[in-house]
Amino acid sequence: MAKKFLFVNRKAPYGTIYALESLEVVLISAAFEQEVSLVFMDDGVYELTRGQKTDGIGMKNFSPTYSALGDYEIKNIYIEKESLDARGLTLDDLQHLVWEDEDDDWAEKDSIHLISSKELAAVMDNQEVVITF
Amino acid sequence: MSTLHTINKSPFDRNSLGSCLRVISDSDAILLIEDGIYAATSGTIFSDVVKAAVQSHSVYVLGPDLSARGMKEGGIVEGVNVVDYEGFVDLVAEYDKTNSWL
Amino acid sequence: MKLAIQINEGPYQHQASDSAYQFTRAALAKGHEIFRVFLYHDGVNNATRLAVPPQDDRNITQQWTKLQKEHDLDLVVCIAAAQRRGLLDEDEARRQGKDANNIAEGFRISGLGQLIEAGIEADRLVVFGD
Repeated sequence: MAKKFLFVNRKAPYGTIYALESLEVVLISAAFEQEVSLVFMDDGVYELTRGQKTDGIGMKNFSPTYSALGDYEIKNIYIEKESLDARGLTLDDLQHLVWEDEDDDWAEKDSIHLISSKELAAVMDNQEVVITF
Repeated sequence: MSTLHTINKSPFDRNSLGSCLRVISDSDAILLIEDGIYAATSGTIFSDVVKAAVQSHSVYVLGPDLSARGMKEGGIVEGVNVVDYEGFVDLVAEYDKTNSWL
Repeated sequence: MKLAIQINEGPYQHQASDSAYQFTRAALAKGHEIFRVFLYHDGVNNATRLAVPPQDDRNITQQWTKLQKEHDLDLVVCIAAAQRRGLLDEDEARRQGKDANNIAEGFRISGLGQLIEAGIEADRLVVFGD
């Protein structure tokens, strides 16, 4: 029986390694056929911003990897609206992540779900394993 | 499903307690550990928040972490329960899952 | 109950490893089974054989080695995080062409999948970090 795994991202990218290494865990989790969800809240929402150019800081830009999540059937990506609002961001500032639904003639669908804190509470309540970084 | 939320950072350092309280469910509990124990001490600007949390959730603080930091069990917000590591283990077993706010 | 523990930070820098250790000891004392202790991020640094901490304080790595021996614990060091941070066992050192290895006794290097497996197999997963 697949377990419901939730990976929680609350930290900004590059200042620490958590964003990058958490993504590595999420990609590995795809091989285990569990019900995987991701949540980005607080500074975690910054992990998904478009236009990350890292040449100046000499670090690898790993943000393109997020677009691969759909290929691994990881499509339950929750973003807390309150966190975005507090930071003056909208979904347009973030990458547009999609997945292709095999059961719907490979129709492209949004992986990102913008939800309120209250809705997020319900999502989190429903999980079985929570992994934080 | 019920969740035990652990918070390990001081509320003056990080907003983990605030974020936790935004998404906590009714049947969930909170355990303050490591530097998170400062949220349990009375007379701080966060005491009202913690007092409110105590009204709707079980709130615990890890005694050994309180003592280590020179905080007295008598000086914590009313309604916050002190547990030791074995109590921590019991809480992890009692609640369906643990969400460690880092 | 079967418990899995994840440690995200290295020894001494953060309390994570200490908290995880005290928690694990208490869990064992209560008769719970520890399915796995998984070291990720800087947590892999708990597995170094080469630390020489001051004698008047706890030796974090040795505490874990001792606990592992007493209870046959599965202490797993994530290979990806370990490679990044220079924690190598004998095989890895040879494979990577390095002139030394530094994993302490009782720890084994393995893949990230071991963390997911721990989440699947254990009744509870507790994460200690920053």
